This record gives sequence, structure tokens and C-alpha cells, in this order.
Amino acid sequence: MNKNIGYAVAFAIALAAPFVGYPVFLMKLLCFGLFACAFNLLIGYTGLLSFGHAAFFGAAGYFTGHALGAMGLPVEAGILLGVAGAALIGLVMGMLAIRRQGIYFSMITLALAQMVYFGFLRAPFTHGEDGLQGVPRGKLLGTIDLSNDITLYYVVLAIAIAGFALIVRTIRSPFGQVLKAIKENEPRAISLGYDVDRYKLMAFVLSAALAGLAGATKTLVLGFETLTDVHWSMSGLVILMTLVGGMGTLVGPILGAFIIIALENKLGDLGTWLARSTGIEWFSTLGESVGMVTGLIFIVCVLLFRRGIVGEIGAALAAAARNRKAA
Amino acid sequence: MEIFGVPLQAMMSQLLLGLVNGSFYAMLSLGLAVIFGLLNVINFSHGALYMMGAFLAFIGVTSLGLNYWVVLLVAPLLVGVFGILIEKTMLRWLYKLDHLYGLLLTFGITLLLEGVFRSFFGVSGQSIEVPEMLSGATNLGFMMLPNYRAWVVFASLGVCLATWFVIEKTKLGAYLRAGTENPKLVEAFGVNVPLMVTLTYGFGVALAGFAGVLAAPIINVTPLMGSHLIIVVFAVVVIGGMGSIMGSILTGLGLGIIEGFTRVFYPEGSEVVVFVVMVIVLMIRPAGLFGKEK
Repeated sequence: MNKNIGYAVAFAIALAAPFVGYPVFLMKLLCFGLFACAFNLLIGYTGLLSFGHAAFFGAAGYFTGHALGAMGLPVEAGILLGVAGAALIGLVMGMLAIRRQGIYFSMITLALAQMVYFGFLRAPFTHGEDGLQGVPRGKLLGTIDLSNDITLYYVVLAIAIAGFALIVRTIRSPFGQVLKAIKENEPRAISLGYDVDRYKLMAFVLSAALAGLAGATKTLVLGFETLTDVHWSMSGLVILMTLVGGMGTLVGPILGAFIIIALENKLGDLGTWLARSTGIEWFSTLGESVGMVTGLIFIVCVLLFRRGIVGEIGAALAAAARNRKAA
Repeated sequence: MEIFGVPLQAMMSQLLLGLVNGSFYAMLSLGLAVIFGLLNVINFSHGALYMMGAFLAFIGVTSLGLNYWVVLLVAPLLVGVFGILIEKTMLRWLYKLDHLYGLLLTFGITLLLEGVFRSFFGVSGQSIEVPEMLSGATNLGFMMLPNYRAWVVFASLGVCLATWFVIEKTKLGAYLRAGTENPKLVEAFGVNVPLMVTLTYGFGVALAGFAGVLAAPIINVTPLMGSHLIIVVFAVVVIGGMGSIMGSILTGLGLGIIEGFTRVFYPEGSEVVVFVVMVIVLMIRPAGLFGKEK
């Protein structure tokens, strides 16, 4: 019951947000929120740490950008192409990576994603270091003009909610329960007769496709796509978002994504403010040291609160409920 | 003289370059394997510590006016001490948790270190001079051999083989191998395992620092130099498996040479050839060339 009220409030805020905030920034938040949720499907509910999710996010962005720009396809086809491309890359990467377990899985995904990065760096249609510029937004269903930020915002919101709903549905389905069983105890899941590798692969492809949906939508919103999105640091960033919000919680990754993206955007302002109020000149360079700050957050999160914000709140609530019962 | 239409001179120099890269791969993957064996941590910050070694060399030679040979000794020691600090203050708390937290923590340390060096040195490259003793080249008749590159290969191989000898043939190494197998039992025999773990981590990252100093005169020293390297080294580790010390050394060298050959015959492929080999190995022998299937 409480949860439904929470979702209703969040939905109401999301509907009103573009009239208060800057729509493009809000859309960026939504895209990264979806990206983090897609990543969380693997780490939080299947126990697989992928270090290569930038490959899906960025690849879909490039495919969609190319489809909308150079090929002149309609919006729907462009996004679909991006998602399909990401899913295909996910299928190949997944088939290779699940041949090894644990930490090797992470290293393999990282190495394969680096290979994808070089692919996009060298492929002629990506324009290398320049990236894709001026991707048109076009018209939805041939009639609704998306060049208006508010209109596009509601489309992006619908996409993000659909993606999130799919993730929730997956987690609560029997399929999701099997994934959870694999996370908790893989040998036991095998001995119960589940074809663990197939389940892992399906989860991997689904996660890749959803990360692709986020990347494709982001290109549509911003109108450009660069190598930043396929770089390994993007894979690290999505891990950080999920870690900060709470791995294995439904809304944690969204919150984490909002915090990290907002921090990235506002770090320069924060630094200027700190420099002015403390008089330490060094702070004014904070805007250029995003990596340093994200690194620090990583360290603090891993050492001090591994459950993330939502996870810690959930644990605190559970502890309070236990105490009440005991008293 | 030509082989498959490639002049022998060009071929040999690319091969030497491959051998130089291969010795870096060997030293770094060796360190990763030793650390993973005892700590169960995949040390992402290995690349950043390699970068740190190179920068310490740069600072030592240009700002402090130290001799290359002094730096070659002191910089890895400092990197090792820094590693010990990391182990004592941070890594220590994660041993009982899932391996992935060790990877995430060291990834965070990587970002932090790169950020710090970036704020001091910017992104443009620095470099130090090749020491006088090793400058110039030797004419081998069929090619000119740059002395410094020969020294890099020689020094790395020497360090790798010495490490192999200590771990496989001495009593200290026996403790280490036993600790990898069953730390509780070794502790029951009165060996100070936590100290051993700390020193092992320090030694492993000192190897990375040593590689960094060796690399400083021949590559562009930038804050980001370690990141790409560590990803390639991860692929090397996946190919070789972390079960065997000699396996790590041979895989590292072999892949460097394969990369060198690729640069001769198909230059565009040299960036990804290690990853391609990894894919092939995963398909044919998923446990890795020297790995044990668990």
C-alpha cells in the first residue's frame, strides 16, 4: 500500500517536473536512470558484475543516431534498430562471458567492451573522435513533432516507465525467481535442474537490450553521440550509480543515477562555491576532476555503505520494525 | 631480405616492440596472479600504480635530479609502500566479502589516482631521457637493436624469473603457495598470514611500479597510461588463467609477440588482437591456457 502511494507521488512529480526544471536535463536523468536499472537487473538480481555495459549503451546510441541522421529512418525504427543492435552485441558478449564465472566474468566483459570501443573508434560511420552530430528528433508516428522539449519529455518518460515496468515484471516473474536462485546459490540451482547458463544469457541479453533502449533514447534527446558513451569509464559510472542507490533494490539505481548525473553537472558550481566560501583556490578546479570525486565516492561506498542509500534505508526500517515487535 | 614482402629490418623491430610490450604484460599479469592467489582480489589499480611508478620516475629524474638507476630502485619501493598502505587501510576489510567488492574498491582507487595525477600534470604526456649508459643502438648485422629496449626485456624477464624462482623453489614461496591453498591451516602452523598478505600485495604492486619506471623513457607518461594497459592485461589473465606463475609470464610474452606480428601484417588489428585471442581461447578452452577448470 505504502509503496503504491510512493509510486503515485513519484509519478505526479515526474509529470510536473518539466514545468519546473530544465527538460533536457530531466530527460538525461531518466535515460541514465533506465540504464542503471538495466544494469541492476544483472548485478542485483542475477549476481553478475558486468564491466562492459557502456558497449550496449553507446552502441545503441550510435546505431540510433546513424539510423535517424544518415539513413533518415523514422524515430520508432531508429530506436528499435538501436535496441536490436545492443541486444545482438549482448548476445555475443554474453555467450562468451558466461563461459567463466565470478571475477573472470567481469574481466571478460570489460575486455570485450574495449574491443567494441575500438570498433566504434575505427568504423567510418561513427566519425571517430568527432562523433555523430545533429541527430534529428523527427516526428513520432509521423505526426507528433518531437522538437518540442516538453513533448519529447513525456515520450521519454513513457519509454523509461515502460522499461522500468518490464524490469519489475521480470524480477517478479518465475524467471526472475530463478535468476535470484542463481545469484544466491548457483550449484544448487544447477542441481535443481535449471539450465543456469541459458538463464544467465537471457538475463544478460535483456539487460543489454534495456541498456540499449536507454542509450538510444539519450541520443534522440541530446542529438549527438560520442565515444564517451562506449568508453570503459561509462561502464564504471553505471556501476557507481547502482552502488550508490543500492544494488538489488528496485528504485535505488534510479536514485543513484540522479545523484551521480546531478553531481557531474553541478560539480563545477559546487567547486566555485567552495573556493569562494573557504578561500582555498584548489576547489575551483573541482569541475575538471569528476573522475577524482567519483573515485572517492566509489571507495567510500564500498568501504562504508555497500547496501547503497535505498538498501540502507530498507535495512534501517526492517531493524526498526524488529525492535517494535520485540518491545 | 624480405619475409612475405615485409623487410626483415621492419619485422624485427616490430617484433622487438612486441617483446617489450609482452614483458610489461608479463610483469603486470604476474603481479595480478600473485595478488589474486593470496588475497582473492583482482587489483584494478594495478594500471594506476604502473602509471604512478612512471610518474615517480619522471619526478625523480626531472625535479629532483636523481639518477635513473636510483629511481629504478626507489620508485617501485615507494609504490610498494603505497600499496601496503592501501592494503592496511582499505582492502583488508573486504576479504570476507564477495570478490566483486575488491574489484570495485580498486577501480575507485584507480579513478582517484588518475584524477589526482591529472590535476597536477594535466593530460599531456611527459617523458624522461634514456640513461646515457643505455642510449644508442647495437648493430646485430640484420637489425639495429636499441639498447634501452633490450634492457627493458632483459630486466623484466630477470625480475619475472626471480619471482618464479622465489615462489616455486624457496621456503618463503612454499609458505606463500600454502597460504594460497589454505590460509587457516598455514596460520595454525604459526605463520603470520596477515603480514604475508600485506607484503604480497606490496610486492605485487611494486612489480607494477617497476614496469612503470622501465616504461617511462620509451612511452608517453600520462595519467591515463595505465587504464588501457590494465584492460589488455585482464584479457591476458583470462587467456592464461591465474593458476600458474610461469603460465602468466609465458602468456604475457607470447601475446606481446603476437601483437608485434599483427602490427607488421595488419596494423589496424593490433589494438584488438589480444581481445580476439581471448575470444578464441574462451571458445576452445574456457578455463584459460594454464588454468584449472573449477
